Amino acid sequence: MAALPKTTGPKGLTEDLVPPLNPLQAMAESARCLYCYEAACVTACPTAIDIPGFIRAITTGNTRGAAVTILSANIMGGTCARVCPTEVLCEAACVRNKAEAAPVAIGRLQRFATDALMAEGVQPFRRDPSTGKRVAVVGAGPAGLSCAHRLARLGHGVTVFEAKAKAGGLNEYGLAAYKMTGGFAQCEAAFILSVGGITVEHGKALGCDITLEELRREFDAVFLGIGLGGANALHVPGEDLEGVAEAVDFIEMIRQCRQADPVLAGKRVVVIGGGNTAIDAAVHARLLGAEEVTLAYRRGQEHMGATVHEQQLAQTSGVALRTWLSPRRVLGDGGTAIEAVEFERTKLVGGKLVGTDHTVTLPADLVLKAVGQSLKAQGLDGLELAGGRVKTDDSGHTSLPGVFAGGDCVKSGENLTVQAVADGTRAALAIDQFLKG
Amino acid sequence: MADLSCTIAGITSPNPFWLASAPPTDKAYNVVRAFEAGWGGVVWKTLGEDPPVVNVSSRYGALLDNGRQLIGFNNIELISDRPLDINLQEIKQVKRDWPDRAMVVSLMATMTEDAWVGLVRKIEDTGADGLELNLGCPHGMCERGMGSAIGQVPELVERVTRWVKSNTRMPVIVKLTPNITNILWSAEAAKRGGADAISLINTVSSLIGVDLDVMAPMPVVDGKGTHGGYCGPAVKPIALNMVAEITRNPFTAATPISGIGGVTTWRDAAEFLALGASNVQVCTAAMIYGFRIVQDMIDGLGNWMDAKGFRTLDDFVGAAVKNVVNWNDLNMNFAQKAHINPELCIDCGRCHIACEDTSHQAIRIRAVDDKRLFEVVNEDCVGCNLCSHVCPVPGCITMRREVSALPYVTWPQDPRNPNRIA
Repeated sequence: MAALPKTTGPKGLTEDLVPPLNPLQAMAESARCLYCYEAACVTACPTAIDIPGFIRAITTGNTRGAAVTILSANIMGGTCARVCPTEVLCEAACVRNKAEAAPVAIGRLQRFATDALMAEGVQPFRRDPSTGKRVAVVGAGPAGLSCAHRLARLGHGVTVFEAKAKAGGLNEYGLAAYKMTGGFAQCEAAFILSVGGITVEHGKALGCDITLEELRREFDAVFLGIGLGGANALHVPGEDLEGVAEAVDFIEMIRQCRQADPVLAGKRVVVIGGGNTAIDAAVHARLLGAEEVTLAYRRGQEHMGATVHEQQLAQTSGVALRTWLSPRRVLGDGGTAIEAVEFERTKLVGGKLVGTDHTVTLPADLVLKAVGQSLKAQGLDGLELAGGRVKTDDSGHTSLPGVFAGGDCVKSGENLTVQAVADGTRAALAIDQFLKG
Repeated sequence: MADLSCTIAGITSPNPFWLASAPPTDKAYNVVRAFEAGWGGVVWKTLGEDPPVVNVSSRYGALLDNGRQLIGFNNIELISDRPLDINLQEIKQVKRDWPDRAMVVSLMATMTEDAWVGLVRKIEDTGADGLELNLGCPHGMCERGMGSAIGQVPELVERVTRWVKSNTRMPVIVKLTPNITNILWSAEAAKRGGADAISLINTVSSLIGVDLDVMAPMPVVDGKGTHGGYCGPAVKPIALNMVAEITRNPFTAATPISGIGGVTTWRDAAEFLALGASNVQVCTAAMIYGFRIVQDMIDGLGNWMDAKGFRTLDDFVGAAVKNVVNWNDLNMNFAQKAHINPELCIDCGRCHIACEDTSHQAIRIRAVDDKRLFEVVNEDCVGCNLCSHVCPVPGCITMRREVSALPYVTWPQDPRNPNRIA
C-alpha cells in the first residue's frame, strides 16, 4: 500500500491544510500500521498515546474505541492531530520509514477517529465521586484545560481563570488558521468542559484581576498554565513605527476576525524570525494577498526552530526565505509609516554569530516580529524562576507548596500543544496525589 | 459499557474471549501473560499420556496477501510436548491465582476407556473448570489413532464422550473436527454421549503451499513436508456454517457451543455469537499479534453492544439463527439491483469486466466527456453482488431492494417449479 501524498502549501485561510481522511483512505492507511510491540511512535509522543492500539481499533471498525484510546492519553487529541509536527514526532519514528520511506499517516488517522467521536457529541469520560476539593487553574489553554479535565475526572472541582474572552489559549488565538478550520478550538473546549465540574471565569488575568495569594487561600491547589505572555523585542531603531507588529498579534487578529479578504494585496511583508510562528505569520501574509513575503533569519536554514516540513510549507506558499540577516533598523518614510528594513549580513566565526558590516535593505510595508516569547512575570510573586520560566520539579510542582505549573510557562520541552497537554495531565495526577496526601 | 460476562456449560468467565488449545496455552508463562492481557479464559494445550510427544523443527506455514497480511495459517505441531505432571502442576497453580478466569483443559488419548479415564482423574485434581476432548487434530496424532481418527467416526465420538462423562464431575466440552461430510453426525454423537457443550472447529486438513525450489510441501522438514491443520481468517466461513448447522438443528440446538475458527476481531466474535455460540476461542490472531489483541476485542464488542442497546451477551446470542434457512426456504420473489454511485466511482472498470466476462453483462460503460460512466442495466442485473464485492471503494456500489407487491414464495411453492407442492 502506497503512502498518502505529501501536502503542499495551504489553499486558503479557511481550508484545511491537510484535509481529513475519507473512510476509504482511513481503511487503507490504517491497514499499513504494523501494530508494533513497544512501538517507537508511542515513545516519540509526549502524551504516549497507544498509537498501534488506536489504529488497530480503526481497522476493526471500533472507531469510538480508537477515539477513547487517544483521548484517554491526550484530551486534545483532536488539535494535536491537526497541528502536531508529526514529521518529527510519531511519524518520524514509524518503522514504515525504514523499508518504504513512508510512515503511516498517524496524525490524519488520529483526526479521523477523534472527529468521529466529537461529531457524536458524547463525552466518553465519567467523573469519579466528588472529593470536595477545589482546584484553581489559571489559563484555559492546552495545559490548563487538559489539567482541568483530568482533575474533574478524578472528582475534584475546578475553576479556570482565563484572561481572554474565549477558552483554548493558543489553539484559539495562536495556531495557524489553515490548521484549525471550522472553529475547532471552541468545539474542542466545549467538548472538554462537557465532562462537568469545571467552571470557567473569563476576563480574569493573573496579577490584575486575581492574585496567586488569593488563589492559594481560597483553593486547595493551584495550577498555572499561563503560557508566555511577552513578545521579545528586536531592540533596533524604528521598531516602534506603525507598520511593525508582533507576529503573534497578527495571527491572533486573523484568527479572531476570521479575516479572509486579501487585505494585504500588493503589499510587501518582511517577517523576522526562524521559528514556527515566523513561518505561520509569513504564510498567513501570503494568504491575505501580500505580493512579496520575505522571511529573514539571522542564522542559516539548518538553525531555524521551524521544522523542515514547515520551512517547505513556507517555500511552497511563495515565501522567500533569506538567511544570515540580522535586523539593524526599520526605515520610516519620514512620517509614521515604514519603507524598508535594513539588515546586516551575519556569519559564524568560531561558532559565534558576528556581523559583517555588509547591509541588505528589504522594502517593506509591514514588518512582523517573531523572535521568540518570554514569560510575563506579572502576578508570579514568590515563585522561583529558572531560565526565564517557572521552575518546577518533574511532577510540575513549583517552589510554592500546592502550586503547580505546566505548558509554555515552564521549561518542560518543546513549546508544543502536545507538550502542554502532557504537562497539564501530569500535573493533574500530581495535584491529585498532593490533595490526598 | 455492556456486561460481557459469559457462561458456557456452567463455566463462567468475565468475557467471551478464550484462547484455544494451541501453542499460546502450552504453559503457565504464556497463560499468565494472557490473563494479564485480559483474556476471559483458556483451554490449556492438549495433554496426552506420558511419555510426551516429540515435535519436529519447522512447524508453521502461512498464506499471506500482497501486503503480507495473514489470510490463513497452517501447522504440523502435535499436542503438548511437556511432561504431564509439569502441565498439571502449572494448571493447578494458575487456576488458583486466577479464580475468575475460565480454565479448561484439553486432552486426548487412544481409543481405550482406561487411557481417557486415567487422564481425566489426574486433571480432576487440578481444580480446572472443565475438560475439552480433542477429537479433531488432523495431523500427526491421527496417524496414532487419536484426534480426528476418533472425531471422524460418530460412534467413537459418542463412546469417548460417554466414558469421560461417566467418570468426572467436570463439565465436558467435545471439540469437533471439520474434516467430515456432515458436522451434525459428530455433533449429535457428542450430544448422545452426554457432552455439556461442543466446540468447533478444529483445524482443516490442509497443504499450505509447495516450496518450488525444494519441491516439497511447506513447512519443509529436511526436504519433506506433510499435511497440516489450517486455521486463521480463511476458515471462519467454514466454522460459521458448521456452528449454524448445529444451532438450527433441533436435536443439538440446546447444546452450548464454543465457536472457533478465524476469530480475529470483535466483529468476528459477534458473528459467532449471533449464530448461537456462547463464546469464542482464538488462536491464530493471538499468535500473529500477541495477547494484546484482546483489548480491542473487548472494547469493540462492548461499544458495538452499547450502540445496539444490548446489555448482556444473551441479548443477541443466537439472534441470527432463525434467519439461517435452507435454500428451499428463500423468497423467490425478492429482487435487488446494483446501484453505482458515480460520485464515489474512481473509474477502475472492475465492476464492468467482472459482470461482462463472468456474469450477466449488466454494467454498461458510457463515455461522458472524458470520463467513463458505469451504468447498471436493470433488466439484466440479477442482483448477484459480484460488482459490489470487486469494487475497491466501500459504499460505491450498493444493492437496492426492488419494490415489489409479490408475496414471499419459496421454490417448493413457485409456479416455475415443475414439482411444486401447491
